[in-house]
Amino acid sequence: MSMIQWMQRPWPWYVAGPLIGLTVPLLLVMGNKNLGVSSSLRQLCAACLPAKVPFFQYDWKKEVWQLFFVAGILAGGFIAGVLLQNPRPIQVNPRLIEEMKGYGVGEPFDVLPNSLFNWKMVFTLKGFIMMVVGGFLVGFGTRWAGGCTSGHSIMGLSNLQWPSLVATICFMAGGFFMANVVLPVILKI
Amino acid sequence: MIKYFLSGVLFGVILVKSEVVSWWRIQEMFRLESFHMYGVIGSAVVTGILSIWIIKKFRIRTWGGEPIVPKTVPFQKGQIFGGLLFGFGWAITGACPGPLFALIGAGFDVIVVTLLSAVAGTYVYGLLREKLPH
Repeated sequence: MSMIQWMQRPWPWYVAGPLIGLTVPLLLVMGNKNLGVSSSLRQLCAACLPAKVPFFQYDWKKEVWQLFFVAGILAGGFIAGVLLQNPRPIQVNPRLIEEMKGYGVGEPFDVLPNSLFNWKMVFTLKGFIMMVVGGFLVGFGTRWAGGCTSGHSIMGLSNLQWPSLVATICFMAGGFFMANVVLPVILKI
Repeated sequence: MIKYFLSGVLFGVILVKSEVVSWWRIQEMFRLESFHMYGVIGSAVVTGILSIWIIKKFRIRTWGGEPIVPKTVPFQKGQIFGGLLFGFGWAITGACPGPLFALIGAGFDVIVVTLLSAVAGTYVYGLLREKLPH
């Protein structure tokens, strides 16, 4: 196996998980920063359209490191997803592939099912729900909850904060309900 | 600020390489069809707990010499209601906020729509904040 092929391979959970965990002390040691991604969305609101909404009238420049962090995530996505793209289809449970075939989603050739996430689909009811409504729920829900998977489930749990455990349990409960009960209906549209 | 950019690069590479940015992996997780996501999140949390324990035990300071104070999280009802709503969005889009940025970087340009919609969701939360239970 060549060097490039080795670098294109996806990482197992026991490599990726501890590395994600290490970003917690990394950011703390760099400057007392708490890992969290969703607050960058609030920053974008405060920076772009603060207009008289008290929630966005704060000194966002103090927390500007978050914008640098998410810009880095974008660049990291390019490095790993484009430069070192895994040429092989993602290996998922065959049961899931069978189920999704039933909804006409197709095979998992790519990270996302291209049949659902594309520009034409944005203007269909199904695609609108998947991309626009789904995204809205992510932004609205994380801010109401005060954090997302990184802020609550990684950072909060790492610091043994029980409210972050409550949030994480609700993330999972909401996800289980949506994926098993509602999403099949959406996918049949 | 370059150090935070570089930490983000690292974080983005891990998110893509571990496939946690994948809609398929998220669907597997919510159907209990694979251990992968549980392994990633679980081992990340264990590593994080150990790291913060070491930082506290040895009173490790920041590069600037300040004492390290990880954030505490007070309880509020939004963690339940907002948590459930985010869970719905996570299962539909297959992405939490970090992966949204990573996916756009990885060339899935249509995810810009999802990201902008997430910013809009955050904005609407800001507008309605006073009327929502906390």
